[in-house]
This record gives sequence, structure tokens and C-alpha cells, in this order.
Amino acid sequence: MTATTQPAPAPPPARPALDLRPAPGAAPVGRMLAGQTRMELTLNLRHGESVLLTLLIPVGLLVFFSAVDVLPADGRDAVDFLVPGVLALAVMSTAFTGQAIATGFERRYGVLKRLGATPLPRWVLLAGKTLAVLAIMLIQAVLLCAVGLALGWDPRLPGVAAGIGWLLLLVVLGTAAFSGLGLLMAGTLRAEATLAAANGVYLLLLLVGGVVFPLTELPGWLRAVAEVLPTAALSKGLRSVLADGVGPGVGPVVVLACWAVAAVGLAARFFRWE
Amino acid sequence: MSQTQAVEVVDLVKTYGQTRAVAGMSFGVATGTVTALLGPNGAGKTTTVEICEGFRRPDAGTVRVLGLDPVADGAALRPRVGVMLQSGGMYPGARAHEMLRLVAAHHASPLDPDLLLERVGLLGSAARTPFRRLSGGQQQRLSLAMAIVGRPELVFLDEPTAGLDVRARHDTWDLIEELRASGVTVVLTTHAMDEAERLADHVVIVNRGRVVAAGSPAELTKGGADGELRFRAPSGLDLSQLLAALPPGAQASERAGGHYVVRGTIDPPFLAAVTAWCAGNGVLPSDLRVEQRSLEDVFVELTGSELAP
Ligand SMILES: Nc1ncnc2c1ncn2[C@@H]1O[C@H](COP(=O)(O)OP(=O)(O)OP(=O)(O)O)[C@@H](O)[C@H]1O
Ligand SMILES: [Mg+2]
Repeated sequence: MTATTQPAPAPPPARPALDLRPAPGAAPVGRMLAGQTRMELTLNLRHGESVLLTLLIPVGLLVFFSAVDVLPADGRDAVDFLVPGVLALAVMSTAFTGQAIATGFERRYGVLKRLGATPLPRWVLLAGKTLAVLAIMLIQAVLLCAVGLALGWDPRLPGVAAGIGWLLLLVVLGTAAFSGLGLLMAGTLRAEATLAAANGVYLLLLLVGGVVFPLTELPGWLRAVAEVLPTAALSKGLRSVLADGVGPGVGPVVVLACWAVAAVGLAARFFRWE
Repeated sequence: MSQTQAVEVVDLVKTYGQTRAVAGMSFGVATGTVTALLGPNGAGKTTTVEICEGFRRPDAGTVRVLGLDPVADGAALRPRVGVMLQSGGMYPGARAHEMLRLVAAHHASPLDPDLLLERVGLLGSAARTPFRRLSGGQQQRLSLAMAIVGRPELVFLDEPTAGLDVRARHDTWDLIEELRASGVTVVLTTHAMDEAERLADHVVIVNRGRVVAAGSPAELTKGGADGELRFRAPSGLDLSQLLAALPPGAQASERAGGHYVVRGTIDPPFLAAVTAWCAGNGVLPSDLRVEQRSLEDVFVELTGSELAP
């Protein structure tokens, strides 16, 4: 757009008058989605505690456990084991914990109700949340990979195209599963209960999710349970692709797909906006 | 569905457990007017308005908003209807200008958010303050701005001036009058008599979930019971003579020696009759006052209770 070719705009009136005459109409979906995503991202990056949860904890775990090297790492550097694990943790903390807590309070403060009174369709609200989650995960992934490389991480992909394909599949399934669980919690529990439960589940899944030590360290019965939890499935799948240079195998993909279908289905069924 | 009725509520009932929040309410809102739902705390104003907004479902009765069903036709109504909740509705961490921009981005041809912020007195540092740190009055004004930013044809304002100082209250009244002048239909709730009297074309007085009276402020304060005329004069006037000179149904009494009170349907001929009688008896009334009923009097009469200020 060049200013010279446009007709000169009318001079502004002395006192800026508001034209309150009705001109109702919904914005195009693209504009709504952009606005919603921008808002979600802004708020997410503004909140100190969510930055802590989504960035500092995974980075801290990565640095700490790489340095102390207490982990059984079958002849390889601990960092090769840790990077896929903390990537899985980052997906979980962003899509599940952070989203559950934020959405729980949005519901409590009537934000979802109020936005429900604008032309914004609910699916656009959820799409905006999802896009913001994906953007934050991308930032985290870049940061974690950079820190990992600095610590001597030696990724072994099953070829670039196949590697990226598998990673995308795992991350999409994991994001769907964790977002579904987070929204299910936020849409059914009180905000305080969501806060407590989301943090509790985060800690639990961090411990039994194969994030900082392998599931083989767990007692047999606990391991059997942990295997079918989404965090373990995601970290195992990511580890196969990033550390072993092979496909994730059927197990993790099926586990994640089941969680994704169940969680999204339940959230769609039981989420209450008010 | 008539085009002249923006909102039609018929026999509306809403019950919460044991509480009958709305117990058979009916009223209409003419297009292009300001209608005030006036009533004390717990009268059922918010419940009624939120049913019209599609947030709650009625247990019985029908509600039509712009000729449509608020729940079933919600998607068609939302672009056309602006909403100001009684409280809440904002991301606590969002700044005023972000919140307003967000809602503006949901509408096809919204008002300019900066101009609107300026208009409601939130430009400058307030626009950059997170919602939870805004003062109560600033939060109210942001909420009002969000209701109108999409240029709706109908707005529901739930207590738009609650918590505002005198200046902000008058600014809000001006804005509501400007909305009406621009062709926007306004439904607002209030406990403030003066607000209803000043703003509303049509006042619906509600109490305990029912409509106890409805009409223009003038109709409500004129009709029904009588007004009072007071004057001072030497004590001991023969009031039966005075009553004989007045229309039937008038009452007169003397209080505290020389303080007279005449009750009746006080119109200009009534006043003329009183002063003519005084002149005929060589009495000069002083402190002559005609007390017209305010909405407050109407309310107290109808409900037997006082409104909170
Ligand atoms: N969600 C709810 N659950 C249970 N009771 C409710 C609910 N909403 C309203 N009520 C009850 O319904 C009655 C009417 O409430 P409502 O909020 O409609 O009153 P109001 O006229 O808006 O009052 P106020 O002037 O205080 O805002 C009250 O007795 C209230 O306690
Ligand atoms: Mg109310």
C-alpha cells in the first residue's frame, strides 16, 4: 500500500466522535482466531509462574541430571536419554498443566462465559488455545534442543523426513491427549481443585513418566501402570526416534491415540463453560 | 413477531432449588428505547437478563430477543447483541486495551478501541493496567465498553453504573442516551430510582421475581395513588369547607398547628381550587408545595419496602 495513491482521508473531527449506530456482524474467522491466539500467547508468556513451569523446570532438570550423571544410560551420555524425556515433559506441562490451570481460572472469572456472548465460536476459542500451546511448545523445543546440544546431546534420527514425520505424529497425539485432559479438568472442577490436581498430576507423571529415569527402575506393578500413561508413552516414543534412530513402535502410538480420543471426547462431552 | 418489540418476555419462570428467582414475569422492550428493570437486591433482574442473553434457560415461559430464541438462535443473535455482565468476564491478567481489542476482533465493523477507551475515561495508564488491578469503577467502564464495541443493535447492561462516582455515572448516562439517539435498544438494570427516572423510556419495577408495575416514569409517578399538597396558614381553618370546594375523594388535615396537608389527584385545577378557597377566606398560604410522587414512592407503595440506595 502506498500512501500517495490513496485519496486523502477526511480531516478528523475536532472531538473524536463515536459512531454508535448499529453495524452488527461477526468478524471473519481468521481475524477472530488471530485475536484469540494473540491473547492466549500474551497472557501465557506474561504469567511468571507459567513461564517457570513451562520453561525453567524442563531446562533445569535437563541441566541438573546431565551434570550429575546419576542415570543409567546404557553406555551413552545421560543427555541423550534426557532430551526426549524433557521434551515430553514440556508437552505435558504446556498442554496439560498450564492449560488446565489457566482455563480453570478463566472459567471461574467468567471469561469463557463473557466470550461466549461475543460472536466467537467455541471451536475458535479452543483452536486459539491450541495454537498458542503449539507456539509455546515450539519455543520450548528450540530452547531445550539448544541446551541439549550445548550439553553434548547426540541425536540419532531415523532419517530427516521420517524423523520429523514421527516427531510430528507423537507431538500432535500428545498435545491432543494432554489438552483434552487439561480441559476436561478445567471444565468440570472448581478452579482451586484444578490448580491442585493439575500440579499433582504433573509431579506424578514427571516421576513415573520415564522423563528423568527409565521405567525399568520402577517396581514391576508400577511400571505396568506407568507404561500406559501418556507421559511414558510420549517420552518412550520420542526417545526411540531421537536417541535410537528408529520409529516409535506401535505401543506408544496406540497408547497416545487412545488417550487423545478418550480425553478429547470426554472434554467435549463434559466441559462446562460457566 | 413484531418488529417493534426488541425483547418480549412472557410468563417467565426460573427456579433455583427452593428459590423462585423469577416467578412469572412478562414485559416488552420497544425497539430503540431504553428500558430499565428496577428492583431491589435479589429481585430477579440478573436472572431475567441472563435468560435473555442465552446464558440460562427458563423453566417456563417464552423469551424472544430480536424475534429469536436466545439459546437456539444464539449464534445468530451474538453479533447483534451487546452484553455487560454484572461482574467478571475478563482475563484477570489482561490489560484494558487488550481485552477491548480482543472483543473488537470478534466483530465485523467494531468501534475504534482507542476512541472508545478515551470515551469511557480509560485511556493512558488505565489502558495498560491488568484488569484485576483496575478500580471497581474502571472495571465497570471497561465492561460497558466491551458491550458496545461491536456496534450492536441491542445491549443488555446489568447495573452499568454500580460503583461509579458521580462524574463517571453522568458520563455513563450520557453514553446510554447517545446509544438511544443512535438507534440502539438498551435494556439496563438498576436499583437507582433517579437513574431509571432520568434514562428510561420504560421502567419495569420488579420485586421477588414479579413485575409489580411498568410504564414510563411519568405514567408510573402519575397514576395510582394521590399526590400531596402542603401549605402553612393560621391554625383552625374549617377543612370541611375546603373539601367541599375540592373534587370528591380529596382529604385534608391539619398537623402540628397550621401545617396543612391536602391529598388528592393533584392537577392544575386542584391547585387552583385550593388557592381560590384560601383567597375566598382571606387566607394567605405560605410554604405551598406540591409533592409529586417519585419512583421511590411508587416502589415503596407497591412493595412495602425501601430500596437500597
Ligand atoms: N445460579 C444461582 N443459583 C442459585 N440461586 C440463584 C442463582 N442466581 C440467582 N439466584 C437467586 O435468585 C434470586 C434472584 O437473583 P438475581 O441475581 O437475579 O437478582 P438481582 O435482581 O440481579 O439482584 P442484584 O440487584 O443483587 O444484582 C436471588 O434470591 C438469588 O439468590
Ligand atoms: Mg443482579
